Amino acid sequence: MTRVPLERKVLSENDRLAAELRQGFLQHGTLCVNLISSPGSGKTMLLERTLAAFEPDRRVAVLTGDIQTDNDAQRLARYGFPVRQITTGGACHLDARMVEKALEEWRPAPIDVLFVENVGNLVCPSSYDLGEEARVVLLSVTEGEDKPLKYPATFHRADLVVLNKIDLLPYVPFRMDLAREYIRRVQPDAEIVEVSCTTGAGLDAWRQWIEARYAARAADLSSVPSSGNGNS
Amino acid sequence: MHEMSIAASMLEAVQAESVQRGAHVLAVGVKIGALSGVDSESLRFCFDALVRDTDLAPLSLEVESLPWRHRCRQCAREFPVEDYHTECPQCGSPETEMAGGNELEFAYMEIEET
Repeated sequence: MTRVPLERKVLSENDRLAAELRQGFLQHGTLCVNLISSPGSGKTMLLERTLAAFEPDRRVAVLTGDIQTDNDAQRLARYGFPVRQITTGGACHLDARMVEKALEEWRPAPIDVLFVENVGNLVCPSSYDLGEEARVVLLSVTEGEDKPLKYPATFHRADLVVLNKIDLLPYVPFRMDLAREYIRRVQPDAEIVEVSCTTGAGLDAWRQWIEARYAARAADLSSVPSSGNGNS
Repeated sequence: MHEMSIAASMLEAVQAESVQRGAHVLAVGVKIGALSGVDSESLRFCFDALVRDTDLAPLSLEVESLPWRHRCRQCAREFPVEDYHTECPQCGSPETEMAGGNELEFAYMEIEET
């Protein structure tokens, strides 16, 4: 019997596909945002408010993942931007292969900002890179401020944490100072915005964050060698 | 519960290695970080359930659990994070960054040439 080293990631196949997706997004100047939260935190509502505020000619699209139903795609399609549902049929997360397949079948026109709404789950999506440029985790104030400590694997990978439903703060025992402290402990580099998708409070800060990330992406694009060398 | 998908990915990889090396794989070792989002016991359960119906059986899974570690950006001290205390135990700086705990990696295989 021999022991041979096998030094690679368990999800290396997912990571390989994610790297391809990331390269494609970079070449097309697409900002891809992976939205993660528990079910009912308001991912779809946040996207509805976000889409409603974009100019109609803005090149924005949404891939939305659910285990069953295309309810979210129907809700989001009302805003006039391309939307596609990924129904996982049981899987509790999206993986890079599902995103790649959806994009291949869909072939949307060039996109500036692609939102990927993950399956509602604070555990499983954390392990799967989708090729995104930014990972956004939503936490609503009705869930309790200790979620970052209970689900560190998810919060630890967040570039931005959106604290949603702040209009409900008077009615729930949610301590914003503790929530911010817990997020900081798990992910010191995460930015944080507080929003209410019902009243619209804080949504400007969220939109500014998207535009700043998009502008940074556009700057990356100008430093990418032109696609003249094709597929070589 | 994504351990089933992860166990399936592991078996695919082991199968490919087995074919490529022309060897029978007896065991596979993996490293699982505390912040990988993967539960070792759940993974073991799924792995055993899946492997049973393949020609890889019997194949044992050996898990090495790795702690969540941070490194201080000020004094470079590396330390395990306990009770979510990410500040540096040496200089007290809150400016620390992750140095380990994300792992979800293969480490080795035990093989028998066929």
